[in-house]
Amino acid sequence: MTTTTLTPTSVGLDRSRSGGSVFGALADIWAMTRRNLVHIAREPMQLSDVTIQPVLFTVLFVYIFGGAIALPGGGSYVNYLLAGILALNLVTSVMGTAVGLSTDLHEGMIDRFRTLPMWRSAVLVGRSMADLLTSLLCALIVGLTGLAVGWRPGANDISVLGGFALVIFFAYALTWIAACVGLNAKSPESAASFGFIVLFPLAFVSNAMVPTQHMPGWLQAVAEWNPVSAVCAGTRVLWGNPNPAGALHAWPMQHPIEASLIWSVVLIGLAAPLAAHFFRRRTTE
Amino acid sequence: MIQAEGLTKRYGETQALAGVDFSVPAGTILGLLGPNGAGKTTAVRVLTTLALPDSGRGTVAGIDVVKHPGEVRRHIGVAAQDATLDPLLTGRQNLVLVGELSDMGRAPARARATELLAQFELTDAADRVLKGYSGGMRRRLDLGAALMTRPPVLFLDEPTTGLDPTSRQRVWEAIRELLGEGVTVLLTTQYLEEADALAHRIVVVDHGKVIANGTPTELKEASRSARLEVSLAAPDTDGRAAGAMAPLVSGRVHVSEDGRRLSAGVDASPGLATAVVRALDAAGVLVDNIEVRQPSLDDVFFSLTGGHIEGEDEDEAIGSAGGAAAASAGGGGKSAERQELEGVRA
Ligand SMILES: Nc1ncnc2c1ncn2[C@@H]1O[C@H](COP(=O)(O)OP(=O)(O)OP(=O)(O)O)[C@@H](O)[C@H]1O
Ligand SMILES: [Mg+2]
Repeated sequence: MTTTTLTPTSVGLDRSRSGGSVFGALADIWAMTRRNLVHIAREPMQLSDVTIQPVLFTVLFVYIFGGAIALPGGGSYVNYLLAGILALNLVTSVMGTAVGLSTDLHEGMIDRFRTLPMWRSAVLVGRSMADLLTSLLCALIVGLTGLAVGWRPGANDISVLGGFALVIFFAYALTWIAACVGLNAKSPESAASFGFIVLFPLAFVSNAMVPTQHMPGWLQAVAEWNPVSAVCAGTRVLWGNPNPAGALHAWPMQHPIEASLIWSVVLIGLAAPLAAHFFRRRTTE
Repeated sequence: MIQAEGLTKRYGETQALAGVDFSVPAGTILGLLGPNGAGKTTAVRVLTTLALPDSGRGTVAGIDVVKHPGEVRRHIGVAAQDATLDPLLTGRQNLVLVGELSDMGRAPARARATELLAQFELTDAADRVLKGYSGGMRRRLDLGAALMTRPPVLFLDEPTTGLDPTSRQRVWEAIRELLGEGVTVLLTTQYLEEADALAHRIVVVDHGKVIANGTPTELKEASRSARLEVSLAAPDTDGRAAGAMAPLVSGRVHVSEDGRRLSAGVDASPGLATAVVRALDAAGVLVDNIEVRQPSLDDVFFSLTGGHIEGEDEDEAIGSAGGAAAASAGGGGKSAERQELEGVRA
C-alpha cells in the first residue's frame, strides 16, 4: 500500500477575524445570547414564566386580594402591589438561569463549545444577557398589565423607569447566584428545586404582596432585612406609589433605594467571580 | 500533524490511558481501534483539549494541547462520540452557531451551513428543531459541525456508529473527499471494516495501551494464520473428517453444530487446499466446498485483544464486538471500496 504525501489544496480556515480580541469575545457573547433567547422561546415553561405568568399574577392578585387588604397609612392596593408583582416575577424567573446552565452542562453541547476557539465564559455571560433581555420583556408586560388593571405611578417618567431598573438590576444580580446553583447542581431537575427552596420564600417573605406590618414579629424582622423588601420599597418610592414600609425603623426600610443597590452590587461582586470559578472547575477534566 | 507521546489519564480507579503513543502524518488518516472502554474517546478528548492528560504530551499541528489549547482549537474540527449539538436549535442554527463561535462571521457561516446541509442530505430537515432528528441525522449534522471552518485536522470519534448502510457510505465518501483535500484525520471506530477501508495506518488500543500499530496490510500479515473452512456433503458424525484434517492444520478443528462445517486455523502454504481434499477423500469423506480465507482484520483484532473467536461461531464473535451491522453493511461492496481507496492514494 503506497502512501503519497498530499499537499493541502482547498483546506483553509474560513475565518474572517482573529479571535482573542475584545470584539471576538463580544461576538461570542452575542451569539450565545441569541441561542439562549431561542431556547427560552422554544421552552414553553420558560416562555410562560415571562409572558403569561406576569399577566396572570397581576390580574389574580389585584382582583383576589385587592379589596381584602387595607394598607397601613392608606392608599390604593393596586398601586402598592405592582412593584411586588414585578419583583415576584423577576425573582422567580431567575430559576431559568439555574436550569438552563445545568442543562447546558449535562448535555453534550458544552463539549462542542469547548472545542471551539471561542471565549469560554461567553457560555455564562450569554446566559445572563439572555435572562436580562427576558427580564425587560417581563417588566414591560407587568407594566402594561398593571396599567390595564388600574395601576397609576405618581412620579415622573424618569423616576418610573428608575423603579423598573432597580428591580431588573436586582434580578440580574440574582441570576449570578442562580448561575452558581446551576453550575453545582447534579441535574437540571435539582437546579429547578432551587426555585422552590430559595426563590419562593425569598419573594414571599417580604413586603412584595402584603405590608410586613401584618406579619408576626420574628417574620417581620426577617422580611424587613430581606433584599426583596428593599427592592419593592425602593421601587414604590421611585414610582410615587404608597410605601407603608417607610414607617418602619429597619435601615433598609428607611433607605430602600440605597439598600437595593448595595444588595445588587454585593451579590454580583461575590457571585459573578464565583460562577466563573465554578464554571472553570466544571469544564476542566 | 497529530502526535501523542506517552499520554496517561486516570479516572478514579480506571486507568483510561496508560501511556499511549502514536502520530498521524499530515494528509493521512489514522484509525484508532479498540474494544469498548479501551481509551479511544479519552485519547481524542485529550488531543482536542477537552481533557488534561496526567502525563505525556499531545500536539496538534505542532501546538501543545495543554499549553496552548486556544491555538489548537483554531486548527481542529471535532465530531464527538455523543452528538454534541443543541437540541433546541434547528440543524441550520446549530451549524451557524458553531461557525459564529469559530469567528467565521455570520454570512460566511450561513453559506457554509447551507453547503454542508446539502452535502449530508439534511436540506429538508435544515429548519426543523433537532429534537425531531433521528440518531443518524444528528450524527451527520455533528459531522457537518466539525467541518464548518474547513479545519486542517479532524477528530472523528466513531462517526458512523448508528448510521444505516447508505449513510455510512456517504460519510466514508465525505472522509475520502476530505483526504483528497489534504486534511489530516484521527478516526476512532469499532468497525474493523471501516478502519480497513479508510485508514492509512491503524493503531489498536486496549486497556489504555497501544497493542498494535501498522498499515492494515501489515497488521493482517502480522497474524499470518489463515482460516480453512470445509463444508461436507454429510455430517461428520464419527469424527473421521476432523481426524483426517487434524495433521494439516494448526490448532483444533472446530466442528459446527450440524456437523457439516469444519474450520481450523492454518498456515497458508501452497497447495494446502489440494492436500486437504486428498486427505478427506482418502478418509472417504465427500467435500462440498473448501475455502482458505486470508485473515480479516477481525481475526487480527480478536487475536490481539484476546477476544474469544476460538471455538466460537464466528458470526457470534463479530456480533459481540458490536460489529455485526458493519460486517453485513460493508460485506458486499468491500472490494470495490478498497479499489476506490487505492485510487485516492495513488
Ligand atoms: N469522565 C469519566 N469518568 C470516569 N471514568 C471514565 C470517564 N471517561 C472515561 N472513563 C473510563 O475510562 C475508560 C476508557 O473510556 P473511553 O471512553 O476512552 O473508552 P472508548 O475506547 O472510547 O470506549 P467506547 O468504544 O465504548 O467508546 C473506561 O473504562 C471508562 O469507563
Ligand atoms: Mg468512545
